Amino acid sequence: MRRVYLDNSASTRVDDEVVEAMLPYFTEQYGNASSTHQWGQHAKQAIEDARAQVARLLNAQPTEIVFLSGGTESDNLAIKGIAAAHCSRGRHIITSAFEHPAVLASCDQLEAQGFTLTRLPVYREGIVRLKDVRAALTDETILVTVMLANNEIGTIQPIAEIGALVAERRAAGQRHLHLHTDAVQAVGKIPVDVKQLGVDLLTFTAHKIHGPKGVGALYVRRGVRITSQMHGGRHERDRRAGTESVPLIAGIGKAAELARVHMDERAVHMRQLRDYLEAQIIERIPDVSRNGDAEQRVPGVANFNFDFVEGEGLQISLDLKGIAVSTGSACSSGSTEPSHVLLAIGLPRDSGHGSLRFSLSKDTTREEIDYVIETLPAIVEKLRKISPRTKKKTAEHAE
Amino acid sequence: MYSPTVLAHLDQPRNAGAMEDAVSRGEATNPVCGDLLHLYLKIDAGRIVAASFQAQGCPPTIAAASVLTGMIEGLTPAQARNLAPADVTRALEYLPRNKEHCCVLAIDALRSALAAIPIEMV
Repeated sequence: MRRVYLDNSASTRVDDEVVEAMLPYFTEQYGNASSTHQWGQHAKQAIEDARAQVARLLNAQPTEIVFLSGGTESDNLAIKGIAAAHCSRGRHIITSAFEHPAVLASCDQLEAQGFTLTRLPVYREGIVRLKDVRAALTDETILVTVMLANNEIGTIQPIAEIGALVAERRAAGQRHLHLHTDAVQAVGKIPVDVKQLGVDLLTFTAHKIHGPKGVGALYVRRGVRITSQMHGGRHERDRRAGTESVPLIAGIGKAAELARVHMDERAVHMRQLRDYLEAQIIERIPDVSRNGDAEQRVPGVANFNFDFVEGEGLQISLDLKGIAVSTGSACSSGSTEPSHVLLAIGLPRDSGHGSLRFSLSKDTTREEIDYVIETLPAIVEKLRKISPRTKKKTAEHAE
Repeated sequence: MYSPTVLAHLDQPRNAGAMEDAVSRGEATNPVCGDLLHLYLKIDAGRIVAASFQAQGCPPTIAAASVLTGMIEGLTPAQARNLAPADVTRALEYLPRNKEHCCVLAIDALRSALAAIPIEMV
């Protein structure tokens, strides 16, 4: 059976070149980067090379990059690290309603400790509004954390504009106000320049850009003070204790370099195929709607609602035909709650609209998309045929 | 995640669709996730001779309804009333724990349909 992987927002295939870059650090240069002998120094050099590669991708300085275990740890360190270091200056944090769980749960944790939290609405289009940020900012605010691109619907948030707002307040004397963005779903898909965005902290991870799982980075602007959340040795300039995983770090470095060099062509490729997929789905399947703003979003992600059917039925049926996608519908992922992202953009709680996310990669081919387009309509039709809601709707139309 | 039997019923649901000449129809809904199930029965000589379903819900809901329509064919309404959610779960091999409520939904729809059978047909 044909196999088509369209769940690249969940994780991507590691590039052959990335694997190759990692391999020597398993069996040849296996020293501890803290050691002063040549094995250790080789490992250290590999880490510093990777730091330079990641810094270049983000237009940062290498010393501003902290390597850690991935997006979740990066979000945790950014949010809790700022909160711990600056809580004497204020205890208010602003975030959005549809952040990644790593951000939301970190903020919830701080709220339980007495911090005040503002969760900004994202409206039907799935975009934070600047006026809401402006209205939420107080003298007590020490952190604004809003993602750069949403993981389910791909919408891009106005981080540069929020950055300008934060800079304005900082210039007016609120020196302890910081801006963090989780850019996990944006890096490698759109240009991400920490200076242009005006962020103090930025999270990203390797496995969304064809790097390995288990390694990520946090950009911490020079001069920004954070409190380490991991205690031990003096690794990563005292910001993240623990022996560095040299092979994984070599992997994130290579993946970052390839993302930088090939970003434009990858983005064009993904956008073309995504637009083709969307147009075909809308043309061939009735009662379908798209989620999220159509313009302000990353290439490669399409998110649909299919009326009258439940998302997991669609997802598993596609899986039986060899196609991997994801759903945010109620009943998926072991919960009976629909995804907080879909709720945040105003979709109803019930299973009346099955949602599917198709996320493409640089490796996706036109033939793969054609296979999806050939396969999906029959699945939707089959599930609609057995759905009692389909009949109701038709009857309502007839009335 | 799902058993081969669940997947087979999702792929090819048995007895799916509304039944025009049903003598009774039952309905059940899960207020939490919004899953909706309709069950149709045809009775002849005191036995269930045909059953069909319509479902909107996750794969186990569809599979539970599908497998249940096969299980009740040939039973008297009284025998059918004795079926429990665990019987449906067993017929599907297994379900993730948090999906076992799908079989409760199927049995609820069945009992609702059984209750709607005209008294003279029981």
